[in-house]
Amino acid sequence: MAKITFITRDGESKTVEGHSGSVMELAVQNHIQGIDGDCGGVCSCATCHVHLSPEDMEKLGQPSEIEADMLELEDNVSSYSRLSCQLDVSDELDGMTLKVAN
Amino acid sequence: MTNDDKTCVIVGASHAGVNCSFALRREGWKGNILLIDADPHLPYHRPPLSKSFLKNADHIDHYALKPLESYQRENITLQLGRKVIQIDRENRVIVIEGNDQMKYDQLVLATGASAIIPYIPGLLSSDCCFAMRTAEDAFHIKAMVENKSLPKVVVIGGGYIGLEIAASLKHLGAEITVLEKEDRILSRVTSPYISDFFMQLHGANGVNIETQKNVIEVETFEGDSNVKCEDGSSYEADVIIIGVGIQVNATLAEQSGLASRDGIVVDTSCRTSDEHIYAVGDCTRHYNPYYKEELRLECVQNAVDQAKVAAANICGIVLRYDAVPWFWSDQYDVKLQIAGLSKGYDEVMIRMEQGENRKCSAWYFKDHRLLAVDAINNAKAYVMGTKAIKSGLTIDKEKLKDATIPIKEAFSR
Repeated sequence: MAKITFITRDGESKTVEGHSGSVMELAVQNHIQGIDGDCGGVCSCATCHVHLSPEDMEKLGQPSEIEADMLELEDNVSSYSRLSCQLDVSDELDGMTLKVAN
Repeated sequence: MTNDDKTCVIVGASHAGVNCSFALRREGWKGNILLIDADPHLPYHRPPLSKSFLKNADHIDHYALKPLESYQRENITLQLGRKVIQIDRENRVIVIEGNDQMKYDQLVLATGASAIIPYIPGLLSSDCCFAMRTAEDAFHIKAMVENKSLPKVVVIGGGYIGLEIAASLKHLGAEITVLEKEDRILSRVTSPYISDFFMQLHGANGVNIETQKNVIEVETFEGDSNVKCEDGSSYEADVIIIGVGIQVNATLAEQSGLASRDGIVVDTSCRTSDEHIYAVGDCTRHYNPYYKEELRLECVQNAVDQAKVAAANICGIVLRYDAVPWFWSDQYDVKLQIAGLSKGYDEVMIRMEQGENRKCSAWYFKDHRLLAVDAINNAKAYVMGTKAIKSGLTIDKEKLKDATIPIKEAFSR
């Protein structure tokens, strides 16, 4: 189980609870603005971009090669960017705050 | 603009229709939104039907585009399992099967497309023939394949859908033959190099692909079917899958007199020839500014992008459709990503990455302008291709061809 807080571009903060699946799916289920997941979670569209804190980034690790490449489609990519379809909901994510990039 | 007491009806609840309904709320539509579809299932992602859904034991709701609560929360009225049979443009009314009528102020047609079932004597009466377009199709195929040990599957048509189904059913242990009419698979959509790549990939995975096979008849005797080709060859089949393309669902539009040419004609705001009616997604014929021609596209990208354009314009916000088409296909452990449209290319360049198994890309040019890229296990090529097409980056072809040089260095402003 993980409680994850999303902060959307308009500053709205929402904490949701998830048990399984990807963070993108969790966000879509909870109507988080800016997480679209158009490709359904197969790392093909880059519409589920989030920014992590530096500490959380270190904890979860760098994106895979394909994910890192796909992130380059995004304008506001940073060294703390991840595609949330590639993050699995797990205890490790409990308490994390993710900033929605779009 | 006030639209509190207005109704927007959206016909078709797949990627285009669903995205349009939510985009309408985001853009400030306060009135009613009615989203209607003949498919009874909670609207779902369609691409997984031939991929992960076919391979895995997931429930279809696992692939829902949005959870049911999202529709309730946004006050979007979902009417599933209901078929719209007529548009009365004069009175701005749609007629639903059972003679129910619904008034609209704005109408969005997101009617998509249907699989083409070619006329082949004996095909339909074989009772084991399926196309792949809906969740129901996927359920049937899955059940047929799982109910038999070592089922023999014949896929008619070597396009992306047929090949994805072949890869997924192979995973379930089926014995598979793909019959392609042309002299290579994917001939309509890609270059010989990529066709050959997928031919070899399927061969290595034990899928038998036969080209130049024109199916002329299906013979069924005591439950055993035989798929017969023009050259005299025949293939036993427990299941026959049809993957020969789609036709747009434009009947509603055509019967009501909307302009249609193999697709409902829309302008760059996704408006049809009737100012109160928009059309989005696979069912449209629309102008693409990058290719400077009218196109019909079969992809999620176009469905989502047009949905947003229509929603904005319905809410009085001027937004023009302006997108580079993109596609993807997952087969076995291979990810193909396509940016742009290669149709009409006069030069194709292949870049093979060093030392990495199967990582490559095919670059399509016309008059030295980049039209498209097919990127295999190579998101970098896909991303650079997308950027180059969008912003007209200059490409150094010699550098691009040379895999010892990082791909990015081949591009400049």
